[in-house]
Amino acid sequence: MKFEPKTLFDKIWDAHIVVQEPEIPTTLYIDLHLVHEVTSPQAFTSLRAKNLKVRRPERTFGTMDHSTPTVSKDLAFVDQLAANQVRVFAENCRDFGVRLYDMDSEQRGIVHVLGPELGLTQPGMTIVCGDSHTATHGAFGALAFGIGTSEIEHVLATQCLLQYRPKTLKVTFDGSLPEGVTSKDMILALIAQIGFGGGTGHVIEYAGSAIRGLSMEARMTLCNMTIEASARAGMVAPDDTTFEYVAGREFAPKGADWDRVLAKWKTLTTDEGAVFDRYVHLDVSNMEPMVTYGTNPDMGIPVTGHVPDPAQEGNLTRRQALEKALAYMDLRPGQRIMDQKVDVVFIGSCTNSRISDLRQAAAQIKGRKVADSVRMLVVPGSETVRKQAEAEGLDKIFLEAGAEWRFAGCSMCIAMNGDQLQPGQYAVSTSNRNFEGRQGPGGRTFLASPLTAVASAVSGRVADPRTFT
Amino acid sequence: MTENNSATLVSKFIPLPYRDVDTDQIIPAQYLKVINKDGLVDGLFKRWRYTPEGELDPSFPLNRPEYQDAKILLAGDHFGCGSSREHAPWALQGWGFEAVISTSFADIFRNNALKNGLLPVVVDAETHRDLFELAEESPHATVTIDLASQTLTLPGGRKVEFPIDKFNKTCLLQGVDQLGYLLGLEERISAFEARMESL
Repeated sequence: MKFEPKTLFDKIWDAHIVVQEPEIPTTLYIDLHLVHEVTSPQAFTSLRAKNLKVRRPERTFGTMDHSTPTVSKDLAFVDQLAANQVRVFAENCRDFGVRLYDMDSEQRGIVHVLGPELGLTQPGMTIVCGDSHTATHGAFGALAFGIGTSEIEHVLATQCLLQYRPKTLKVTFDGSLPEGVTSKDMILALIAQIGFGGGTGHVIEYAGSAIRGLSMEARMTLCNMTIEASARAGMVAPDDTTFEYVAGREFAPKGADWDRVLAKWKTLTTDEGAVFDRYVHLDVSNMEPMVTYGTNPDMGIPVTGHVPDPAQEGNLTRRQALEKALAYMDLRPGQRIMDQKVDVVFIGSCTNSRISDLRQAAAQIKGRKVADSVRMLVVPGSETVRKQAEAEGLDKIFLEAGAEWRFAGCSMCIAMNGDQLQPGQYAVSTSNRNFEGRQGPGGRTFLASPLTAVASAVSGRVADPRTFT
Repeated sequence: MTENNSATLVSKFIPLPYRDVDTDQIIPAQYLKVINKDGLVDGLFKRWRYTPEGELDPSFPLNRPEYQDAKILLAGDHFGCGSSREHAPWALQGWGFEAVISTSFADIFRNNALKNGLLPVVVDAETHRDLFELAEESPHATVTIDLASQTLTLPGGRKVEFPIDKFNKTCLLQGVDQLGYLLGLEERISAFEARMESL
């Protein structure tokens, strides 16, 4: 048989085909299904109505993160609808035999922080969740993507999904990252280059020397925001960095099983000669910290840059979008983004709330103060991250600087739990979406890395972490 | 277009002249705290339908009297991007929309819409522009969307074909339940699991 070179994506996809028939989408097997309180209730209700069970409860894990309070673990701190949603979710997990990390759990966390942390996320897996940032798990060389509630029901009932094979896009990041520039800046730069819709219909594989140099947590940040280029999934081929991260975690294979899977995982690379549908190259050597100025994630510029002038935009619909965005953001064409005042700084979300993010932020803010005009929230991605940070004294560093230190949750990234901006406020946020009203009605978001966020918190204006004194 | 309904939709259409409309605009996250599908229409385009003071904004297309009762939304490029919330198509259907026309849809939104019988109709840029002009000039103009022949018919009779995969088309036309299809594969799923878990 002739050897046909395959991409990493091809290998995982092909290994999960249950049924492939002409003119019908592939029936794809799902190894790991993560569920949370916001997108699953209607799926469980439908299962009940049809008298169906969860087919593989041991492949299904629940956590509560979106609607949950972060000032306390007590549901009295969120509104009744949110509290009810959390309670109903707990009932659903109990009734259907799904393991749940509930409010009392010492390990509960944001679904995309929890999965990797517990060792549930492993190379070669297919992973889904009713959440678009499921792309995060692709950092391990898994095929991971977000699904809707109907599809949640399909996976709960059959452990399978009907999917058409997506196209592939190889993004190569060459060079090595300068000081003060992070994987958050890499993904913002990519999205600014290929556009918000630039990845539609594609699965991205991230490759190149700059990727190999990233830690697992930095790779998760990168893959997390793949959906902000509208790509189906993002992935990084697993290597020693990956294997070292997974080894020893609660759900990671142990002993002889570990040796067996490790041999398999080492084959999860794109073969030489394999062909992608598209290619994009970026050199990170001269990359700067990035910040968004508008209301979608492709409206990003280097922190030393200027807000673009709609008059210079040749495409009509893009010009209109830019005008609308600048009106919402109340920014002037041509203004330096660094002159812009900041009211709130949010460090958290499934993009940048892991221990390495908090260590970076703490190291930078240590001995400094949050500007009087700024409110800063630090929200760890999981209770495990919170306890680790507290063991290292990071909480004290943040508190002494004048920041708020919270329990784990999605918090101000999605503003469902009361953590939100006031109308008109500007936030530098380490989260993933700068959509109108995303962080609260009328709120205005600048997406940036934790380093840029801290520099901005201290100076009270959007600031460059490289020249931060 | 709901399952089992007539495959032809004749309706006015509401123009929403913005590109990259994300699902947070279609329905803000604050409306996702429900555990069923009731009342989601209250959140539909909430921040655009209403002023910050809570008044209906008369200039927003969905509030304009001439577009009332339209069952088709004419959206800008790259509609439904962002989050995976299926509440977005549910809310659009709550308003009465049965189809959305755009030049492109985000992948998850498109999947979610098809699962619910909300038909995503992709047209070329020129047809798209013509429809926006038409909506302004003749707000009462109707178009016909025929799923069986995959055609959109403009006033004056110009027909434009739109793509849809055969599986989803058949499911919509015959009311096939996709979960039913998957459940019917039980033996093959079990065989796959046995094979996979023995590796």
